[in-house]
Amino acid sequence: MSKSRDLFTVAGIVVFGVLLIATNFADRFVTQLPQDAKIVSSDFDPDFRMIAAAEASAVGPRDGKFGLGRGATKREVAAWDGDISPDGTGLPMGSGDAINGEEVFAEHCAICHGDFAEGVDNWPELAGGLDTLADEDPVKTVGSYWPYLSTTWDYVKRSMPFGYAQSLSDDDVYAIVAYILYSNDIVDEDFILSNETFLDVEMPNKNGFIVDDRLTSESHFWNKKVCMSDCKSDVKITMRAAVLDVTPEDEKNEDSEDSAAVTTISNQVEEQSEALVEVVNLDSGLVEAGEKAFKKCKSCHQIGDGAKNKTGPHLNAIFGRKIGGIQGFKYSKIFKSMRDDGRVWDEESMTEFLASPKQYAKGTKMSFAGFKKEKDILSTIEYLKSFQSLN
Amino acid sequence: MADDFSDKKPSRRQFLAGAAALGAGSTAASSLSASDDDPLITEVQEWAQITGDGVDATPYGLPIEFEKDVVRRNVGWLTADTISSINFSPIHALDGTITPQGCAFERHHSGAIELRKEDYRLMINGLVDQELVFTYEDLERFPREQHVYFCECAANTGMEWAGAQLNGVQFTHGMIHNMEYTGVPLRTLLNEAGLNAAGDLKGKWIFVEGADASSNGRSIPMEKALDDVLVAFKANGEALRKEHGYPARLVVPGWEGNMWVKWLRRVEVLDKPVESREETSKYTDTLADGMSRKWTWAMDAKSVVTSPSPQSPISHGKGPLVISGLAWSGRGAITRVDVTIDGGENWYEARLAQPGTKMALTRFYLDIEWDGEEMFLQSRAHDETGYVQPTKEELREVRGLNSIYHNNCIQTWWIKSNGEAENVEIS
Repeated sequence: MSKSRDLFTVAGIVVFGVLLIATNFADRFVTQLPQDAKIVSSDFDPDFRMIAAAEASAVGPRDGKFGLGRGATKREVAAWDGDISPDGTGLPMGSGDAINGEEVFAEHCAICHGDFAEGVDNWPELAGGLDTLADEDPVKTVGSYWPYLSTTWDYVKRSMPFGYAQSLSDDDVYAIVAYILYSNDIVDEDFILSNETFLDVEMPNKNGFIVDDRLTSESHFWNKKVCMSDCKSDVKITMRAAVLDVTPEDEKNEDSEDSAAVTTISNQVEEQSEALVEVVNLDSGLVEAGEKAFKKCKSCHQIGDGAKNKTGPHLNAIFGRKIGGIQGFKYSKIFKSMRDDGRVWDEESMTEFLASPKQYAKGTKMSFAGFKKEKDILSTIEYLKSFQSLN
Repeated sequence: MADDFSDKKPSRRQFLAGAAALGAGSTAASSLSASDDDPLITEVQEWAQITGDGVDATPYGLPIEFEKDVVRRNVGWLTADTISSINFSPIHALDGTITPQGCAFERHHSGAIELRKEDYRLMINGLVDQELVFTYEDLERFPREQHVYFCECAANTGMEWAGAQLNGVQFTHGMIHNMEYTGVPLRTLLNEAGLNAAGDLKGKWIFVEGADASSNGRSIPMEKALDDVLVAFKANGEALRKEHGYPARLVVPGWEGNMWVKWLRRVEVLDKPVESREETSKYTDTLADGMSRKWTWAMDAKSVVTSPSPQSPISHGKGPLVISGLAWSGRGAITRVDVTIDGGENWYEARLAQPGTKMALTRFYLDIEWDGEEMFLQSRAHDETGYVQPTKEELREVRGLNSIYHNNCIQTWWIKSNGEAENVEIS
């Protein structure tokens, strides 16, 4: 009995605590909520919470706190709090210009965004498109659309390059942002972008945004009297999706493609008995570890059935392949010259490359800095080997 | 009772008479026209003789193989890569309102990461009395709430602005799911850190950020943060799936899915919005004159017929037909759905399977006797704020063709007399 009563007591305090929090906050909005906020959060009821507070205040000293969690250290906050505001709050000291930015961009960004920030395949274009926003097909780039420069710095620093985020130095980020601005004719090539010159840059579309005005500009969608019968007389088709034909094909077709691929692969396996022996001799534990290590590679490189070239070339049957040897793939210059020298991927070259790609292939566009642990290199190579029999 | 029931079975003679009246050429698969014995009934079937799987055959069960086409699908040409991409819930094949986690759409900006509970940390920082770090275990010690909410990507139906484009409701409307979440109100966590340092809370913001490589971050006004936002760790009773932000994600009821930050790692209290990439260059809506709306967070009321539809054609011929669909509003509960079968000449009020609840999917039905003629099916949602779902034309008049996001127009399916369906626009 006493045990259950204690339980109830504790629960009671907790509930009152939660209500107290609600009231405390409701009370602290000194002015009324804007009308749109009311509609959006229609179960927000300050009055109810006021009443609850009166009861709760009698309960005690907890102030709605549970004493959970621990204080964050300064270094922890510094490590994670990297967001940059439009007024430059959060920008670290540093600088860079478009001239060195072009090099850094070519190394880290061009593989997706193009040498001139024009975008490769479906990847975003970052330059051009000025004055196209009212066109039939607006071209939205940093130059034509982004209202704040802080957004570019913030995004490049925290989220880029794709597949190896948060790897760029602050100066590299300044240089890349300067190059993007230069590509958009917003600054000259010798303009030094720094935490001090940051606010000198004016973004062309800074006045191109309005705050959500649906409640007024679309007020006629509210309380509309709807017609229920004899609303119109003539219904004609004006456009058909089937004419456009962009819907993905159905499951059955994909199945048959898959089975065709499987057949081809098994034929290959029979033909390449040598490769098969190698597959059998793989260390399965190492392959498994390699699959995990390979996560650092797979945002750019595909491997396995149906692997295709993406940002990086596919890696099926990589050992024995000429370096830079896939026809049609846009390799960095260094790989083209290695190919011309007749060099081939083997365990030795791969080990060296994976330890420090930029040292092994100076000028490679691959953004990955290399595996720090030897174990990861060994396991990745074992994992790559498990796809030797595929093309 | 059983005896009474058996008396009502039609006699063999009645069957024959019925078949004769319909004529031999009838294609209507009405049971009344059956003239041959059904071997599925008259012959003993294999499954009625030999035994099936024992318990534990599948310690965590998946749908039976016959349902294997009810899966998420993507549209290859939409994005450069599946790692920063989206797929679609198979809403053409689901009923009720809850979306099973395994087929609930995914949207990643840098892929679905694997983050162990032991490695999970949530930081509260900025204008708070005490900057805090919580572990996953800490989260489970705060009082919890449960709510069913829909999560809709702002780009849902975004490919349909310029015209009817994708031929299936999965692709036109499948960037949505609806789950029962268990989590801790964000206001509880903010209070734990203390908001006295923030002073007057009006005009204050929070910035929320994920732990994945995209570091997806969004600014949310304090009013919303203290209202109904949850830090959720369970969905539909079980742990969140990896692809939905395991072990913890933000739930921002009624607001666009991009704000529901997955793998939530940080909540910062600020006196101004960050204006991150996802709230300036993306998730802003460009109007015909080239100006763009920002902070368009709430999802407008919307509905769609999920069946019949292009992926769910009518296979049974004329006669009784269940027209079924979904309706939702980011501003509150759905109060009513109208359905037309003739392209808007006449409308009927659909039956709501259950009363609408705030910011959650509502299932509606219209049960009709189909005459086998072509139909133009549409549905029109009403929500508790009095909002009525607009037509595509009404939306285009205000927003033009290049908004990309927030397309909540009335959808039309052309049902042909053979039961097939197609996505069309009509006059």
